[in-house]
Amino acid sequence: MPRVAGVDIPNDKQTVISLQYIFGIGPAFALEICEKVGIDPKTRAKELMEDQLGKINTILERDYVIEGALRRQTQQNISRLREIGCYRGMRHRRGLPVRGQRTKTNARTRKGPRKTVAGKKSVKELR
Amino acid sequence: MTRSAKKGPYVDEKVFRKVQKALQAGSHEAIKTWARACTIVPEFIGMTFMVHNGKMFHKVFVTEDMVGHKLGEFSPTRTFRGHSGRKAATPGAAPA
Repeated sequence: MPRVAGVDIPNDKQTVISLQYIFGIGPAFALEICEKVGIDPKTRAKELMEDQLGKINTILERDYVIEGALRRQTQQNISRLREIGCYRGMRHRRGLPVRGQRTKTNARTRKGPRKTVAGKKSVKELR
Repeated sequence: MTRSAKKGPYVDEKVFRKVQKALQAGSHEAIKTWARACTIVPEFIGMTFMVHNGKMFHKVFVTEDMVGHKLGEFSPTRTFRGHSGRKAATPGAAPA
């Protein structure tokens, strides 16, 4: 299996698809890379030549923020918000939605599993 | 929807004038303001503002990282003291 960008080993799918296994590369960037390297996006990743792989690697390194570097960047952005004490930072600290979503219901992705409170009337009991 | 770039950032005129006056005078007195929608521009760095939240004024010392945010983002308008029946929820994460 071809190795691209260090650790990522996309399999024998089309090149556009397999490039998306890299963190930070989605449909748009994958197509862009294929264009830059000058390969048909539909060629299977295993059929790529050694020099084409090299080209992909250099382009990824030069033009894109991927994998660890991207994760670090995201983390830094969040910690910046936390440190300056702005509203968004406070929402991050408390583990609540940051972009103004409702929290009366839903928001379970941010809040995690429901913490049931004893003694609180449920909808059923109220009727 | 973000603000159109051609308008540039919204900076409250009165606040901006006060900041420039303070810069010239070199005073470090806090500037009391209600202009929560005012964007923080580089000139504000090192200034202290008292930003109204509807009830009281929060002291906001502007650092470099805050540029581009609005003054109101640093003066929370809501206080959450935890739900009833739950023993002492975590105290507000906002240190003024």
